[in-house]
Amino acid sequence: MSTVVKTVNLVKIYQDGAVPVPAVRGVDLHVEPGEFVAIMGPSGSGKSTLVHMLGGLDTRTSGEIWLDGKRVDTLSESAWALLRRNRIGFVFQFFNLVANMTVGDNVELPALLAGASPKVARERRESLLAALNLTDRAGAAPAQLSGGEQQRVALARALANEPSLLLADEPTGNLDSRNTRDVLRLLSEVHKEGQTIVMVTHDARVASLADRLVSLFDGEIVDDGRIARRRTRTAGEVIDLR
Amino acid sequence: MRPHLLALLAKEPAHGYELKQALEQTFGSAYPSPNIGQIYVTLGRLEKDGLIRAVDVEQSNRPNKKVYYLTAKGRDVLEAWVDEPTEGPRVRDEFFMKLVLAPLTGIADRMALISRQRRHYLSLMGDLNDLMSRTAPTDRVAMLLIEGAMLHLQADLDWLERCQEDLA
Ligand SMILES: Nc1ncnc2c1ncn2[C@@H]1O[C@H](COP(=O)(O)OP(=O)(O)OP(=O)(O)O)[C@@H](O)[C@H]1O
Ligand SMILES: [Mg+2]
Repeated sequence: MSTVVKTVNLVKIYQDGAVPVPAVRGVDLHVEPGEFVAIMGPSGSGKSTLVHMLGGLDTRTSGEIWLDGKRVDTLSESAWALLRRNRIGFVFQFFNLVANMTVGDNVELPALLAGASPKVARERRESLLAALNLTDRAGAAPAQLSGGEQQRVALARALANEPSLLLADEPTGNLDSRNTRDVLRLLSEVHKEGQTIVMVTHDARVASLADRLVSLFDGEIVDDGRIARRRTRTAGEVIDLR
Repeated sequence: MRPHLLALLAKEPAHGYELKQALEQTFGSAYPSPNIGQIYVTLGRLEKDGLIRAVDVEQSNRPNKKVYYLTAKGRDVLEAWVDEPTEGPRVRDEFFMKLVLAPLTGIADRMALISRQRRHYLSLMGDLNDLMSRTAPTDRVAMLLIEGAMLHLQADLDWLERCQEDLA
C-alpha cells in the first residue's frame, strides 16, 4: 500500500484581505496507511487550513498534495467531490449536517453515496449510532440536538463510507467527559481496524490515542515525532508519575 | 502514609495487615498497593512519636499480634492534617526552569524543549487512558483520581502552548 497522504512544500496564502495572510508555509507531511496523526498548535497556526486542503475544501497556493499515490491538488472541484464521497471522511471544527434530514439519514447517506448496498449502509448506520450512544436520537433533526450530539453525528457520518482517510478538525470541541469517552472508544476501535486518521485537536486525551504528533507553529511544522507507548502499568505507577 | 494510617486507626483499632487491606479497599485500584514492611515501619515511627499505641493480643497457635490504636495526641495531629489547606500543584516546576535557562547556555532551543515535553505529556496521557479503560466504572475513587490526573495534564499542555506563543 502506498502513502495515504503526501504533501510537498505545501503553501496557503489567503489573499482575500488587504494584506496577504500566509497560513501554511511549506509543509511536507507523509502519512502511512493505518497511522493516526494528531496535529496540535496554537490558534491561528494553520491547522484547519492544512486539513481543509488535504480534503480539497480549500485550494492550495503552491506545492503538491498526493492521496493514495495520486496527485490531487490539480483536480477539479467535481473530481474532489467524488474523491471525498469514496475515500475521505471529514469532521469539521464547526459540524455541518444536512439540516432537513434525520440524524439517522445523515449517517446513512454517505455510505449509500459511496456505493454500499442499502443493507450494508443500514448496518453501518446502526452500529455507528450505537457506538456513539445516539440510537435514541436517530429520528431527530440535527437542529434538535445539542452541540455535543451534533458533533458525534458528524463523526458517525464521516466514518459511514469506511473512508481510506479520516480527516477531523477538533471533533471533541463540544463534548463532556462521558461523550468524549464514547468518541475515544470509537476512534481507538477504528484505528485498531486500520483506519488512517489525521486529526486536529486541543484535547490531550484524544491526541494521546495517536501514534504520532505533528506540531504546527506559524504555518510550519516545528515538531513531528512518535508518541511513546510504554508497557501497560499498574494504577499506582501511573498516578505516581504526576 | 502517616496521616492515612492515623485516619484508618481513628475509625477502629487494627493490626498492620488489616491496615493494608483497608487501604486497598478504600482506594480501590487507584492506590499503589502498600508494602506491608512499609506499613510496619510507619507504625513503629508513629508509636515512637506517641501518636499511636499498641497492645499485644494473644492468638491461639500463633505469636501474639500487635493491635494499634490512636492516642489523643494522634487525634490532634490527624485533625490538624484534615483542617490545614492543601498545597496546590507546583507551577514553577523542573521543566519551567529548563525552559527558561537552557537557551542561555546554548544547549537547547525552546521550541525543541516544548515539543519534546508535549509528546512526553501525551505519552503520560496515553498511560492514563489505558488505566481508565482497565478500571471498572464502579470504582469511583480510582476514576476520580485518574480524571484529576488527566485534567492536570491537560492544563500542563495548555500552558506549554502559552509558553510556545510567548517565549519561542
Ligand atoms: N478564509 C480566510 N481568509 C483569510 N485568512 C484566513 C482565512 N481562514 C483562516 N485565515 C487565517 O489563516 C491563519 C490560520 O488559520 P487556521 O484557521 O488554519 O488556524 P487554526 O490553527 O485552525 O486555529 P484554531 O485553533 O483557532 O482553529 C490565521 O491567521 C487565520 O486568521
Ligand atoms: Mg481551526
